[in-house]
Amino acid sequence: MSRLHAPEVLAVGRDALVATVAAVLDRGFRLALVAAHEDRPVGGPARFRVVHVLLGRAGERVEVVVEVPRDDAWLPTLAGVSYPAGRFEREMRDLYGIVPREHPQPYRLVRHGHWPTSYHPMLSDADPAPDFGGSAGFPFDEVTGKGVYEIPVGPVHAGLIEPGHFRFSVVGETIVRMYQRLYFVHRGVEKLFEGRAVADGLPLAERISGDTAIGHSLAYAMAVEDALGVEVPERDRLVRALLLECERLYNHVNDLGAIVNDTGFGIVNQHAGRLREALLRHNARLTGHRLLRGAIRIGGADLLAAPDVALVASVAGEVAELAEISTSHPMVANRLDTTAVLPAASARSMGVLGYVARASGVEVDARTDQPFVDLGPGFRAVTAVSGDVRARFDVRVGEVAVSAGLVADLAARIGESGLQPASSGSAGPGAGLGVVEAWRGTLVHRVEVDGAGHLARVKVVDPSFSTWPALGVALADTIVPDFPLANKSFNMSYAGNDL
Amino acid sequence: MTPGSFAVILVHLVVAVLVTPLLIGVMRTVRARLEGRVGAGVWQPWRDLIKLLAKEPTRAPGSTPVLTLAPIVLMASSLVLCALIPLVSTVALASVPGDLFVVVSVLLVGTVSLALLGLESGTAFGGMGSSRHMVIAAMVEPTVLLSVYALSVPAGTSDLAAIVQARVADPISLLNPVSLLAIFALVVVVIAETGRLPVDNPSTHLELTMVHEAMILESGGRDLGWLELGSWLRLTALLGLVANLAVPWGVAPDAAPLSLLVGVGAVFAKLVVLGAVLAAAEVFIAKLRLFRVPELLAGSFVLAFLSVSASYLVF
Repeated sequence: MSRLHAPEVLAVGRDALVATVAAVLDRGFRLALVAAHEDRPVGGPARFRVVHVLLGRAGERVEVVVEVPRDDAWLPTLAGVSYPAGRFEREMRDLYGIVPREHPQPYRLVRHGHWPTSYHPMLSDADPAPDFGGSAGFPFDEVTGKGVYEIPVGPVHAGLIEPGHFRFSVVGETIVRMYQRLYFVHRGVEKLFEGRAVADGLPLAERISGDTAIGHSLAYAMAVEDALGVEVPERDRLVRALLLECERLYNHVNDLGAIVNDTGFGIVNQHAGRLREALLRHNARLTGHRLLRGAIRIGGADLLAAPDVALVASVAGEVAELAEISTSHPMVANRLDTTAVLPAASARSMGVLGYVARASGVEVDARTDQPFVDLGPGFRAVTAVSGDVRARFDVRVGEVAVSAGLVADLAARIGESGLQPASSGSAGPGAGLGVVEAWRGTLVHRVEVDGAGHLARVKVVDPSFSTWPALGVALADTIVPDFPLANKSFNMSYAGNDL
Repeated sequence: MTPGSFAVILVHLVVAVLVTPLLIGVMRTVRARLEGRVGAGVWQPWRDLIKLLAKEPTRAPGSTPVLTLAPIVLMASSLVLCALIPLVSTVALASVPGDLFVVVSVLLVGTVSLALLGLESGTAFGGMGSSRHMVIAAMVEPTVLLSVYALSVPAGTSDLAAIVQARVADPISLLNPVSLLAIFALVVVVIAETGRLPVDNPSTHLELTMVHEAMILESGGRDLGWLELGSWLRLTALLGLVANLAVPWGVAPDAAPLSLLVGVGAVFAKLVVLGAVLAAAEVFIAKLRLFRVPELLAGSFVLAFLSVSASYLVF
């Protein structure tokens, strides 16, 4: 195996797992991914191999690997040392049947109530069409007390948004507790990857979450390159960084308009829509696709045309002006300020990512922590401290300016560098990790390729998976009519989370 | 009932029903154009209404006749409102006085029927909308009473038609602070009562932020058609009242055909201009946080109260 970014691999037994992971976390690492694998060694009993990927702040990667026999599939829970670990364990229990012992929240996560109890879809011998008729019971916690009532919202919403169910327990107009149930768009993406040739995994990765085509396809491609030892030339890495910023730009512009639209100040949204359209058409000129599909390939990335730096700069200028109009409007500012505050301590302990974390003062950004190319002096992580809707708005505004600057820098550097051939790499087997700062936050793919060059396992972690639970925390003491604003300022992906 | 007042009522109702969807269409188009959109055109509310009224309503199983009756009651109360308010002519009805207190009571009938409809739908949104609606109504109705009352003091009567007539006769009184304060307070509560920005956002799709829309969320077909028209008619009636109190010229003093024609033209022009101004103003404002709405309404109540106090000092 010729891994590009070989991680520090710690193989441990069940009994040493918690202590080992806790020790790595104490070194300042964060748990980025937990992937279960079903191994069937020739002549041996079937077993599960669980890989815990921890990322450091300076490109370090640690993999803690633990093996458990399939007929005695349990692990000591890590929920006590890491909140994200507890969520990964619930996901793993649903998909593979690996039981986290003494888990504080021993409930289902992925599987809804009508899924059979003993059905774990990621297992190789899982029935492709089980009986979904039953009801295993998956009730919501009821908040009781004088004047508490429930508001169920979704999964079908009035707007054109993805499906998710939110259950509010409310006193008057104040939210006491919000419970979210997602996984309505669980399509079995990770299972769909299995058995594909590595190149055929790209179109699937692009479609995991429609607005993060570059983020997912790049993380996937980088994981495959890491696994097969494919060296990507500098120029192509610059192109990839540029595409990532283009994706960030059009999504942030859209979000800025949508946040202000939820305050009823619709004219900003109209203009944001106009600017987004300009960026989408620019995307189409760059890659042939408005949502940037088809630009990333294993071993490189291609542009059809040189980026229009002047256009991007003018759009960024107009966005700054729109943001200025919005935040200097007293009524809009009043709606954004102090609404849905996510405290920094919660953001840190819950492992929140992306602009949501940075708006709470937690500086986590794969462009500095796990860079794949030097972005130059034009890059800086934009942070805010107040953690409210206004902070998430301001961080996006700042990032639009930084991204536009990066597009100009990168375009110039791409123009200077000549074409370089990619190294071919091996056909497999191998395992690799791709870490990318997609527009929503740090996105991680972990890929295992078998000897024939087919995908044995792909584990996808969208930043939404880590950030969704924080929405409930931010809603403490928020009033019901401000929920849409809070939700829009998070704007997490349902498809990326549900997989 | 004299033939004259009968003709006036008929004219009021026909004009209100015909003009109202157009008024909504104008307001939406003005807003769309100012935001840089094309908009669906001024006739779209008419098309929507015709489509809805031709459709059979779907009602939840187990629902009571409230679901059927509330749209009719709302529609009826709105029509009574349009008949009583001196939109086209100040010829008063002999049997039912176009009295300020009667008008506010009729307004409240519609408000309560909407709130009951929201509760009856049995969903959390309906109840939420009803509770918010009643909170707003509880603050709006006293202000409507007070502000019109302030205008009634100089006229010496609480009859709306007589107040409008008195204002035509004494144009100087239009510009005195009592009148201006009262009109301003009235505009604020009309905005709140008819569910416009900054109190409610009629164009939102976000269920959790809705007030008016949340109550009618479960209605469909004919029921929804009557609810929409009934709510729009309230806007016409209240805007018409504000317009005729602020700019009382053109209102027919009798039931002669020619003066009625002038009255129709005048009220149409005033409604369209006032509606367009309101829609244009909406482009520049955002929705208030729900808990700040009472501050706005309390402010308008204070203005109305000042106006009443001042009217006793002035007159």
